[in-house]
Amino acid sequence: MAEIVLGPVAGGEVITSQEGAMSAIVSLHHVSKEFPRQGRSGPAAVLAVDDVSLEVERGSVLGIVGYSGAGKSTLVRLINGLERSTGGSILVKGQDVTHLSERELRKVRAGIGMIFQQFNLLKSRTVYGNVAYPLKVAGWKKEDIKPRVAQLLDFVGIADKGDRYPRRLSGGQQQRVGIARALANNPDILLADEATSALDPETTNEVLKLLRRVNQEFGTTIIVITHEMHVVREICDAVVMMDKGRVVESGETYSVFKQPRAESTRRFVATAVHSRPSRETLDRLATAHPGRLVTVAISETAPTPVVAEIFARLGIHSGVVFGGVTEIQHRILGSLTYELNGDAGAVDAALAQLALLTAIEEHATSSPPVHSATESVLASSGGAS
Amino acid sequence: MTDWETLLPVLGESFQQTVFMVSVTVLVSGLAGLILGVTLYATRPGNLFANQTLFVVFNFIVNIIRPIPFIIFITAIAPLTLILMGTTIGTTAAILPMALMAGVVIGRVVEQNLVASDPGVVEAARAVGDSRLHILAAVVVPEALAPLILGYTFMLIAIVDMSAMAGYIGGGGLGNFAIMYGYQQFNWEVTLVTVVIIIVMVQALQLAGNALAQRILRR
Repeated sequence: MAEIVLGPVAGGEVITSQEGAMSAIVSLHHVSKEFPRQGRSGPAAVLAVDDVSLEVERGSVLGIVGYSGAGKSTLVRLINGLERSTGGSILVKGQDVTHLSERELRKVRAGIGMIFQQFNLLKSRTVYGNVAYPLKVAGWKKEDIKPRVAQLLDFVGIADKGDRYPRRLSGGQQQRVGIARALANNPDILLADEATSALDPETTNEVLKLLRRVNQEFGTTIIVITHEMHVVREICDAVVMMDKGRVVESGETYSVFKQPRAESTRRFVATAVHSRPSRETLDRLATAHPGRLVTVAISETAPTPVVAEIFARLGIHSGVVFGGVTEIQHRILGSLTYELNGDAGAVDAALAQLALLTAIEEHATSSPPVHSATESVLASSGGAS
Repeated sequence: MTDWETLLPVLGESFQQTVFMVSVTVLVSGLAGLILGVTLYATRPGNLFANQTLFVVFNFIVNIIRPIPFIIFITAIAPLTLILMGTTIGTTAAILPMALMAGVVIGRVVEQNLVASDPGVVEAARAVGDSRLHILAAVVVPEALAPLILGYTFMLIAIVDMSAMAGYIGGGGLGNFAIMYGYQQFNWEVTLVTVVIIIVMVQALQLAGNALAQRILRR
């Protein structure tokens, strides 16, 4: 333990997501977890995790999303053995953890960091004591612990708070302590259980940035449980959607955001990408804008300049009246609702061209179709609503 | 007039006996109660050493002993006291029923404080890879230290109270003093003085306990 290295040291190298593309660091095969009925009069048995199979790629950030009670918290606790599965197999770094003894599980846990919604810091210990705790458990020598804790506190940006008690810290600072504690033993997996759900939006982003750094600098695989699609959008490479204990959808974050298939996923995506107008909004828009209203899905295949060019080439006056575009994994995604004024044939032609590139949807207008002769002032709001 | 010249040395001796009984009882029952309380907490369903049978057994023992009025308890276990302590009279004999009853009550007090503590911290400790026994000693108990100190202060005072009752059946101490020289001699002054001494003792203990708990809570 003389040499202090921040980041996974197993095998002496940090494996990046590209190199480890084919290697799963965690894989679940038909895993289930049933909580038995509590006593004779207690609540009925609950199947919290129901036949879940998934693979977590080494070095990636995976988001597990779902409503509360979907079984996602139970699912991650199966990975580090805080809960025992009742069916299937769970491989962590190639080792099946489902039948390990408590003693053997402790070794597995030491290699998996975990952070929590309520931070779960030891209130009876200082920040230093909290971060030193896993090191003491792992049998580090006293003289090695001190510099290591200092290094960790520096990494999470609270180097000056070592002698404070957790109670004296803000939520964001407490979660930083939690992250430092979770990273103490150089884990190659970090489990984040609703780690930002108790934080305000600004602090959430700071913590997400920190998690991003953990992933990029140390190659730590991160499994994020959340009900906030914002979190997924910010840091996850892949996403798994859970509903009633089952995986209902999974895939690369961008494609899930672009084309959510399951109903629950669609609702979740809508919370992070508020770009499609609701029925009421459409009615209002139709009253305010006499032109034809068309919603165009914006993505890499149909970025805004391309859409704009198609309209311009056909002499159509286009103005954005609703929508927004954002970046998911550094790739453009969103949807814009345009008001189009111009020759009816030209508009039809433009829409036909767009339909080849992306999904479009024309909305019914309240007034009769506007003729080309009609001069209307375009509502060129231009930006996102 | 009260003959304080004769009574004072007796009062001093009684005070010492009370201090002796209370200290020994606190030491023995404090430790036993801690172990019992931690066991009750740990064996509860869903906790670190969840064990229905053990929990039910310990819980039952606590539940049958605790409601017995102490003065009856002393006489009820007199045969056991005779076997273990060799006598049923005197300060030493009084310690056994005191320690037993106090131990059981402390066990419950400890358990209740631990049950109220945050299970998330235990989970975090497990996630770090710590052993369950070490978690109990290094996390569970220290995390509940402030309420535990208040609980122990409460019990310390209850033990002072017990010692007075033990005095009634020959245990010696301030209780015995108040009964023999106050109540039985119709000397209200002696009773009053003894009461004042006990009040001062209890107040001092409570203040010390509060201050200590406050210091821990303040961090």
